[in-house]
Amino acid sequence: MFRLTRRYRFSASHRLHSPLLSEAENARIYGKCNNPYGHGHNYILHVSALGPAGGADGRVLNPRMLDDFVAREILDRLDHQNLNCDVEWFEGRVPTSENLGMEICRRLKRGWKNAFPGEWPRFEKVCIEETARNIFEIDADEIA
Amino acid sequence: MLITRKVEFSASHVCRVPGWPDEENRASFGGAANPHGHGHNFVLEVSVEGRPDPVTGMVLDLRELKDLLNQEVVSLFDHRFLNYEVPPFHEVNPTAENIARNIWQRLEPRINRDGRKLRQVRLFETPDLYVDYAGENECFA
Repeated sequence: MFRLTRRYRFSASHRLHSPLLSEAENARIYGKCNNPYGHGHNYILHVSALGPAGGADGRVLNPRMLDDFVAREILDRLDHQNLNCDVEWFEGRVPTSENLGMEICRRLKRGWKNAFPGEWPRFEKVCIEETARNIFEIDADEIA
Repeated sequence: MLITRKVEFSASHVCRVPGWPDEENRASFGGAANPHGHGHNFVLEVSVEGRPDPVTGMVLDLRELKDLLNQEVVSLFDHRFLNYEVPPFHEVNPTAENIARNIWQRLEPRINRDGRKLRQVRLFETPDLYVDYAGENECFA
């Protein structure tokens, strides 16, 4: 069994602010991430798939098919966007990297069988690097 | 405890299935099927599981692991055209997956002793594409 991981990049801005909290609580909890006009990151996204690589081509999957799928589902929607204003994924939720990672994982899981019919390859997990120091990993099994 | 050692090698390869017509190889592998090959700076991370020896405080001698990786991988793969110069890739398509499995097969019998166990090899073909192999047991690190 192999795990194949492909790494992607996108740049986006966000502001961490919850409508369920007061201004003072937002400022206390989110600190500078709550600054009113938002800020941005060069996000790095790792997408991992499992497979036996047992076919004639000797690969878990065709990377170009994964690239097209991830571009369509994720990168085209997020790159150079404001996650609070331009992306409808976070209505009523705060675009933390936890929520962003869960949403990316959910969307890839939902579309996977369409992009990769058959038993293999299986979608395993995503990992998001918000910065080089803050890294979030979400397993497909964590998504209902 | 898991100990990981990293080495690099630069090599060329061409990815194609010998039995397939050219158009099919091109459709499946794209530029990687170009007949004269292309190269990568491969990065290999080898993870070994074990417990530190109560006297030396080490799971294994990292110099020994370094020598082993040089002997079994770098000296054979570095600055070579894998399809022509490194068996079995004259007949096995040298995808990252197949290279990782071949490296696993070379290392496992030499690492698994004295309570140590090869746990995973991770091979970066580029910084944007890497594969993990942990034998057929799927127990990834």
